[in-house]
Amino acid sequence: MKLAMKIAAGAGLGALFAAMPALAQAPAAAAPVVPTDAMVNKGDVSWMLVSAALVLMMSVPGLALFYGGLVRTKNMLSVLMQVLTIVCVAGLLWVTIGYSMAFTNGGALNLFVGGFSKALMHGVDANTFAATFSNGVYLPETTFVVFQMTFAMITPALIVGAFAERVKFTPLILFVVAWSILVYYPMAHMVWYWPGPDFTASLPTDHGYLWGLGALDFAGGTVVHINAGIAGLVGCLVIGKRTGYKNEPMPPHSLTMTMIGASLLWVGWFGFNAGSNLEANKFASLAFINTMVATAAAGAMWAIIEQVVHGKPSLLGAASGVVAGLVAITPAAGFAAPMTSVVLGAVASVVCFFFVTTVKNKLGYDDTLDVFGVHCIGGIIGAIGTAVVADPTLGGQGFMDFTVIPAVAGKYDMATQLVTQATGVGVTLLLSGGVSLVLFLLLKFTIGIRPSKEVEVEGLDINAHGERAYNY
Amino acid sequence: MKLIIAIIKPFKLDEVREALTGVGVAGMTVSEVKGFGRQKGQTEIYRGAEYSTNMVPKIKIEVVVGADLADRAVEAIQAAASTGAIGDGKIFVLDVGQAVRIRTGETDETAL
Repeated sequence: MKLAMKIAAGAGLGALFAAMPALAQAPAAAAPVVPTDAMVNKGDVSWMLVSAALVLMMSVPGLALFYGGLVRTKNMLSVLMQVLTIVCVAGLLWVTIGYSMAFTNGGALNLFVGGFSKALMHGVDANTFAATFSNGVYLPETTFVVFQMTFAMITPALIVGAFAERVKFTPLILFVVAWSILVYYPMAHMVWYWPGPDFTASLPTDHGYLWGLGALDFAGGTVVHINAGIAGLVGCLVIGKRTGYKNEPMPPHSLTMTMIGASLLWVGWFGFNAGSNLEANKFASLAFINTMVATAAAGAMWAIIEQVVHGKPSLLGAASGVVAGLVAITPAAGFAAPMTSVVLGAVASVVCFFFVTTVKNKLGYDDTLDVFGVHCIGGIIGAIGTAVVADPTLGGQGFMDFTVIPAVAGKYDMATQLVTQATGVGVTLLLSGGVSLVLFLLLKFTIGIRPSKEVEVEGLDINAHGERAYNY
Repeated sequence: MKLIIAIIKPFKLDEVREALTGVGVAGMTVSEVKGFGRQKGQTEIYRGAEYSTNMVPKIKIEVVVGADLADRAVEAIQAAASTGAIGDGKIFVLDVGQAVRIRTGETDETAL
């Protein structure tokens, strides 16, 4: 979501935002900024509202169709219904406590999670504002709330792919509620909570833990993809393999749907990545082109690998590559240059291919739709790779030092940044993996999370939802 | 009367239909079927998962002709459906005891 800052004041290398007209109005550091309507740009608001709608489209129908096409006919509706319901529930939870837990000061726990001061949208209305990355530039807070809401919707929906075709509906929804509260909101807070560029100097300790370390995560490599990917892996291990896994064929029932879904994901991802810039400016444009070319490279690379390994490039392979590329460029979108994005996308494709084919088969876990292999692994490649592609010596954007007003570019050191990025990855894996393990085990040994074998064999659609996807 | 059942490669259907009408066959029934003979199917790979399908899609043609026409019809099918590769298919010829045209009640060869 954000251009991270380093608390340690770096030497200024010249203001990247020098052309920003709003700077002329930026008050002197001494006087506290009071956001007003005059600091809101209509272009920014337009772009952010469109971006929020684009990210919603990633979930429904994008992700739903991408996943749905990959399962068997008898489970098509269960996947669509899980994604749709999670989107609804996560959205409601976001305005109830989620936004507050992610984006307010959490008092003693502020490094790790926010508080409840904005629960039930308390104090959030048409006349409140949210910071961007430019001094003196604000968004309507409702715009920021709804944009962030779409991220809180899609992230838990990503998880269901790992144990698709063998999960009980209500326990899954309970898991999503608990996971959002215990994992997603704290992660979003740790990575993205800060007081904004006008207040960093006066509130130098008011930020999430990973933001304070200087972890770079432009659009959610850690918060969204690694977070969901590791939760999915833990889920599929606790729930167990599908009945008949490796013994009977389980080919995708409609790769046509999967192609439609993957394409909608690609289009929607521009809202996700370029929207994460929070302003409709040159950095949004940079994130946009980086997203485009990294994805193209990853899709082409997966097809090339399959041509070499299997002798036939498959549609599912190219679509998987596209998603892997989108995942990998997510944390780096606003930091990389186009050609380093191409490399990042291609590398992610190679590594993810290795995981979903070789590693998964070797270890024998049944990650139905490769949530771990694509989202977690692709996310890790992206998060670590961000340290490389963000380096200004490779054409990257480095990071902004917001401790001075106006903000200036910080002094970039790739080795230090690699350690910081790895820390962010480690924290995500531990928090999400650990909490997910506890939650899945709790559900497994209380109300149960796996349907009976009879239900599983007959299909979740007719048994859990009382309908069939296709009535010929 | 003879029932001719021909299992052919799907892309040969049009040629076979033209060849049969060419020798005077007035109608036929066509189905999409799956099976295997010497041609053993293909391997499908979905990400890491490999499934070998041992059934190959084929077209089944059923046509009933008078006994005098049967040999020429079989020859026409064989010539039109052949590519020279395995998987070209098979032709079976069976005797037919009776035929009825539902609309008129005509029987046997006048019903064909």
